[in-house]
Amino acid sequence: MGSSGSPPEGDLLTISAKIVVAGGFGVGKTTFVGAVSEVPPMSNEAWMTEAGQGVDDLPPGTKSTTTVAMDFGRITLRQDLLLYLFGTPGQARFWFLWDDLSRGALGAVVLVDTSRIDESFAAINYFENDSELPFVVALNQFEGKPVHDLDEVRDALALDPAVPLVTCDARDRASTIATLTELVGHTLSLAVLSGPAGRELAVGTPHA
Amino acid sequence: MPVSTASTPDTPLPRRSRRIRAYALTGGRTGTRYQLLVETLISVPRYDPALSDTLMPESRSLYERARVRCSVAELSVGLDLPLGVVRVLLGDLAAQGAVFVHPTAHAYHHDTDVLERILDGLKRLPA
Repeated sequence: MGSSGSPPEGDLLTISAKIVVAGGFGVGKTTFVGAVSEVPPMSNEAWMTEAGQGVDDLPPGTKSTTTVAMDFGRITLRQDLLLYLFGTPGQARFWFLWDDLSRGALGAVVLVDTSRIDESFAAINYFENDSELPFVVALNQFEGKPVHDLDEVRDALALDPAVPLVTCDARDRASTIATLTELVGHTLSLAVLSGPAGRELAVGTPHA
Repeated sequence: MPVSTASTPDTPLPRRSRRIRAYALTGGRTGTRYQLLVETLISVPRYDPALSDTLMPESRSLYERARVRCSVAELSVGLDLPLGVVRVLLGDLAAQGAVFVHPTAHAYHHDTDVLERILDGLKRLPA
């Protein structure tokens, strides 16, 4: 920080972008974020929610507040361009928080663990039906795991042919970067296709 | 000018939880007219110690911490405040011109240049 107490020249021009890392419980989201983030993944109990807003069974008349953790990491792509990676809360009852996280994102990486493919059905469903975000599905395949044929996996997931399906090793930095590159390339190809008449959302300005 | 927190709640708080208190600070409000995404960067363009002195502790903490450019999510983690509270308090600070809300890449989503810069940045990352 300068002695003037003001940010350095040009700092105000810095912008940020976001990619959502989704998938079911235990598929490697935090590992993925940690492999590429320049800081240890950050986490806190960011959201407060009334239990019962989801599917909790609570005795009648009871009200309880639950906190849900947010996990994220950061990559400085250029001095004036930061990329944040946000892992989604794994539990299915927190879908409404996925909407919050997805808003304004470049797209999503849905991680699938080969040994528990069904864990990620709900996430794929969300991005296919309940969200406008471009997404890719990444099969988290690391050493010692059986290698699956991508076509078989695509069938098992009933994945739309237009959605890219790649393999990655969530522990490996180069592999996670390649997956993110695949996603942004996909987003870019859709943006070129849809042109300036695409989605609209004014961000960072008052919308009074 | 002190930060506006609307009115104080009329009803007493049921529990003395720090988090409940945090929402009381926002006057029970959960929204803001600024779209503060989790990745939105916040800066303090012209730091004013006199202004800082007039702020409530939580707003002051946000104001002080944002002197080093910081995302909404990082402010939430750094101050251990729920996102909803951070958004409302930052919205107040932005409305009075104390903090600058950076645009995010999504504000430029009609402009493929930004996406291409991001793609290029990813390709240049050391593996």
